[in-house]
Amino acid sequence: MRFLKKAYVFLIFAVLYAPILVLIVFSFNESKSRGNWTGLTLKWYYELFKDRQIMSALYYTVLIAVVSSLVATIIGLAASIGIFSMKKLPQNIMLNINNIPILNPDIVTGISLMVLFIFSKLQLGFATLLLSHITFNIPYVILSILPKLKQMNKHLYEAALDLGATPFYAFRDVILPEILPGVITGFLLAFTLSLDDFVISFFTTGSGVSNLSIIVYSMARRGVSPKINALSTLMFVSVLLLLIIVNIRMSNDNSERRAKNGKYSKSYGSLSSPDHVA
Amino acid sequence: MKKPWLAYPYAVWMVIFIIVPLILVLFYSVTVQTEEGLQFTLSHFQRFLDPIYIEVLIRSVVLALICTGICLVIGYPFAAILASKEFSSKKVMLMLIVVPMWMNSLLRTYAWMTLLERNGILNSFLSLLSLPRLNILYTESAVVLGMVYNFLPFMVLPIYSVLSKIDHSVIEAAEDLGGNAFTVFRCIIFPLSLPGVISGITMVFMPAVTTFVISRLLGGGQFMLIGNLIEKQYLSSGDWGFGSALSVILMLLILCSMGIMNRYEQERGGGALW
Repeated sequence: MRFLKKAYVFLIFAVLYAPILVLIVFSFNESKSRGNWTGLTLKWYYELFKDRQIMSALYYTVLIAVVSSLVATIIGLAASIGIFSMKKLPQNIMLNINNIPILNPDIVTGISLMVLFIFSKLQLGFATLLLSHITFNIPYVILSILPKLKQMNKHLYEAALDLGATPFYAFRDVILPEILPGVITGFLLAFTLSLDDFVISFFTTGSGVSNLSIIVYSMARRGVSPKINALSTLMFVSVLLLLIIVNIRMSNDNSERRAKNGKYSKSYGSLSSPDHVA
Repeated sequence: MKKPWLAYPYAVWMVIFIIVPLILVLFYSVTVQTEEGLQFTLSHFQRFLDPIYIEVLIRSVVLALICTGICLVIGYPFAAILASKEFSSKKVMLMLIVVPMWMNSLLRTYAWMTLLERNGILNSFLSLLSLPRLNILYTESAVVLGMVYNFLPFMVLPIYSVLSKIDHSVIEAAEDLGGNAFTVFRCIIFPLSLPGVISGITMVFMPAVTTFVISRLLGGGQFMLIGNLIEKQYLSSGDWGFGSALSVILMLLILCSMGIMNRYEQERGGGALW
């Protein structure tokens, strides 16, 4: 029985990882056809870096991810504090609207944004792509920061003010350190989501500006190519690295908090997926 | 800290980028451009009643349901094994489930393209064992396979999180009272894990029914799902009215399934991932 269980778990993991492994292994294959292995090569990576289109997509992907997650974190941080101090009714309204982009199918979010941009005669391109990414990033930032605000001692801020701190000083030196883990988690979450997004970007970008996902899609539609394998490998490795960083951060944070509070506090932020939205 | 005004910039942002776009989609779905200007119409929704489109909707729902069923059948035992006491190194296991989930879904889908291709790895492997070749790329089975592969973690994680929280003494009590393994499962474990099962079903069904990437890449564009239909209306046919009507229908479908799921969800849905 025990053996059967282990075998079942192993089998599932094998199925989960086999395609990715195959993808990675065959990105080093000399031959263009996948069926046979003809020799080790890095030529697909070399060609990848020679490809103008892919390099520009890489540039836009990273630029959009950095800018959109930074802006989303700033707006989201302000909004979280605002929402937190609101009365029940407006708070609920804000949170419900905040949930719309998370719950709505990606394709509907993408299309509604595209309709908005075309309706307001904005040229689809870098700006619209950036605005869309900020829009779908903010809700996740807020969902990472709000629990931290709830855990915080309500009177900390007042105590700081009583001791003569200015509101800005109190925010910077008292509130921010308390909620910083949530802010950083939110930022990293937003960054990864933006890096990974396909559907919304697909609808809200214009000619000349595309991200890596869009390139993979348009290449894959034409069939399989070892260049995409190479690209996939690089993307997989970078997501993996990011994930490890986030996870180490979060487990440190949790154990720290546990040590501090002397009890197990609810870990809200177990890594859940962006994909429900995908 | 009473500073509600800090949320006002975001409130404005939400109105512009969340509410107005949805209203615009709704607006396009019920208007038509005629010579006398814009006119109210339900013709876009009427057009949807055409058997061709109804068939697309039914196919989307059926494929998503099949995918959800398979995920449940595969995922429940998997979650149960991971949650069981004898299984150590849970943290690593969970991490291993989460990693593919964070990978770009396009890449996961593309990976299956390379596997299932006519001259792909799976077929080379089969012919090496002198087994018959399998040509399922660009069929519905490939689409379902891609969906299951993409969405299985969404089923496993909520069920796991509920199962691992079950108080073990409840199970022991049931066993002490003479319940055999099956009875204990049917009367105790399964009902207690229901919130997780329900959020798993929701989290698999919704992305499965709205996907257009998996069906486009693994279905080869011939098995149109509702997502593909919407994409086509906006990007190649330019029929915004019909596309918007389809989006509204898709939103309603999601809302309905969420409503149904919420009704079953117990007060404290411990299965939620957030």
